[in-house]
Amino acid sequence: MRSNLGFFSDEKFRSIFFQTLVVGLFALGLFFVISTTSYNLEKRNIATGWSFLQNPAGFDISFSPFLEFKSTDTHLKVYFVGVLNTLLVSITGCIAATILGFILGIVRLSSNWLLSRLVYIYVEFSRNVPLLLQIILWYSILIQLPRVKQSLQVLDVFYISNRGLYSPRPIFESGFSYVLIAIVLALISSFLINRWAKKRQDKTGQQFPVFSSSIGLIFIIPLILFFILGSPLSFEHPELKGFNFKGGLVIRPEFIAMFLALSIYTAAFISEIVRAGIMSVSKGQREASAAIGLKQTWIMRLIIIPQALRVIVPPLTSQYLNLTKNSSLGIAVGYADLVHGFGGISLNQTGQAIECMAIVMATYLSISLTISFFMNIYNRSIQFKEK
Amino acid sequence: MNEMNEVRKPPVATTGIIGWLRINLFFNWTNSLITLFVIYCLYQFIPWILDWTIFSADFKYNYLGEQITNQEMCSRNLDPENGGACWAVIYVRFYQFIYGFYPRVEVWRVNLAYVMLAFALLPLLYAKLPYRKYFLYFTYIFPVIAYFLLNGGLGFTEVSTNKWGGLLVTLVLGCTGIALAFPIGIMLALGRRSKLPVISMMCTLFIEFIRGVPLITLLFFGMVMLPLFLPEGIDMDGLVRVLVAVTLFQSAYMAEVIRGGLQAIPPGQYEAAKSLGMSYWRMNLLIILPQAIRISIPPIVNTSIGLFKDTTLVIIVGILDLLGIGRGTLADTNWLGLSYEIYFFVSLVFFIFTFGMSRYSLYLEKKLKTGINMGAD
Repeated sequence: MRSNLGFFSDEKFRSIFFQTLVVGLFALGLFFVISTTSYNLEKRNIATGWSFLQNPAGFDISFSPFLEFKSTDTHLKVYFVGVLNTLLVSITGCIAATILGFILGIVRLSSNWLLSRLVYIYVEFSRNVPLLLQIILWYSILIQLPRVKQSLQVLDVFYISNRGLYSPRPIFESGFSYVLIAIVLALISSFLINRWAKKRQDKTGQQFPVFSSSIGLIFIIPLILFFILGSPLSFEHPELKGFNFKGGLVIRPEFIAMFLALSIYTAAFISEIVRAGIMSVSKGQREASAAIGLKQTWIMRLIIIPQALRVIVPPLTSQYLNLTKNSSLGIAVGYADLVHGFGGISLNQTGQAIECMAIVMATYLSISLTISFFMNIYNRSIQFKEK
Repeated sequence: MNEMNEVRKPPVATTGIIGWLRINLFFNWTNSLITLFVIYCLYQFIPWILDWTIFSADFKYNYLGEQITNQEMCSRNLDPENGGACWAVIYVRFYQFIYGFYPRVEVWRVNLAYVMLAFALLPLLYAKLPYRKYFLYFTYIFPVIAYFLLNGGLGFTEVSTNKWGGLLVTLVLGCTGIALAFPIGIMLALGRRSKLPVISMMCTLFIEFIRGVPLITLLFFGMVMLPLFLPEGIDMDGLVRVLVAVTLFQSAYMAEVIRGGLQAIPPGQYEAAKSLGMSYWRMNLLIILPQAIRISIPPIVNTSIGLFKDTTLVIIVGILDLLGIGRGTLADTNWLGLSYEIYFFVSLVFFIFTFGMSRYSLYLEKKLKTGINMGAD
């Protein structure tokens, strides 16, 4: 039905009109920005294009555990070192935050009043103080540790000083790859055993000692192989030479500060998520499982946690995303991640802000999308399946 | 017979303080052991922290009775065995922590703005305020007043923003970011749910892009790239550039929170509004948004807490907020090595603000829950 106001009140026309208007304005804005930007770039003599990626960086990166980095390497390599460092601190941080967060979330629900209050205080303090402040605080604690010459010695092989944690570096000799292959095979076969045992239990009700047999497969067989091959692994110990340690594996204070701050901060949020998840499981579930005689630890593992996970996983995903994004704060303590190495030093040296920031943003976007993709798959696998 | 009718008291062991202790602290063996262990740890830790922060600490004078003007005069440097924290650094630098480098003659303007901010927030935070309507008018014009008061103009001498710092910058960034992000967030949320595919797609792309990248990259964007995008002659202030980044960031998060509220509105509300012949904007402004915003206030407060904490990131692009002033003080040779005192103080200030906000959001959630239940009855 047309109203007598004419074509403008026609819904179809209005929809097309407004959308064309928006697209037109957007295109106009884009055109304006691009033209002023290219003018500005020309005037300031800033090069454009991607060729700068092949130029030598001309600076050193202090922390690059996976790739050897020299100052003659290219900016492209700076990027890869940055991505690896970002991933390193994000993944280790996520694992530590999850473990700590689950423990704290369960302890927070403990019947011991003192313990649960203590966790409450921890959660409130670490949630309500800015993460950047916590990172800087941890860093300032770490660099006030004794100097290299007076470094603290732990178990005779680890040295803790204000330059970081020095530990023996494992050196893998030729036969070690067989041990690795054995571990991978053991992991696959224990996964298969788990599936088979589940099927058998569903069919016959008989249980199979999955846990102990998996432990045996994963640890004992590779260990036996390791000794048969004549222990193809040796350690290079750090030695004090002059003013610094030579050799060994060093974990820089920047990384430790980032790792501690990120995992402690995120664990506080995760513990609240876990608490809410466990509390969302109705009391009747616990009572019913106690009534059929399950042990306290089994109630938690078999009844409560699987149901709580459905509530826990979606917000947990966003915590992982936050942690990964927050790892960009490494720039404050000089941790050579993506933002500090490539988006900071490379950007300043080449002046190509647009290209550098575009790459950095695109990388974070793809990391975020990857995490949410996998967490969504996991989430779907644990949701209720209506039969 | 009489004895049978007598009301017997519950056993002593289950009521009162003893009962509470038994149930909450000494329920069984492991529980008692844990309790004793925790008490032992607290016994070790609490006296030490109290001693450091209060009993052995210097506030204005050191233990010799001299007024402290640099770190060498702190008791803990004169007498390393017994000295505690040296709070004198906060005392001496208090002005910078609160106002930055704002000229001392003009500082009454900042103080006035702080007081007016409290009055502007009052009607927003407390719905039962008498004469709330008139207070709200003040809230609406407050940003304009605050702009002229802090920045200058209209007869006030101009104070360039690079003289601003400390808590002033933290509050300006936090409040402006939240206030500007709110309407933008509403528009984005409506846009994302729009039936027009182009608009919905553009809003979704914007929101997901902003949420997928860290704030620090947006701050870099504001600092490094924004000047390249603007024509010559338009020179943007550093604080404004950061504000643009912070607002973009916050509006994406705000949009998602409000979208959650919009999704909770039953379709009957839309249908009823449409059947009354309301246009899209009338329907949203009068029917949908008031309800949607009401239920999304607690999560809005929660994202605002996040933003308030995230304002510290501006120190990375060289703006001196509270944390920036703290770091600047540490770089001063007079106050080298007092990092714990300074970080403790800055954390405490942030804690007071954010903890207060989170308690407020809990209070709102509780109020909202009872409100909804009453409606359902």
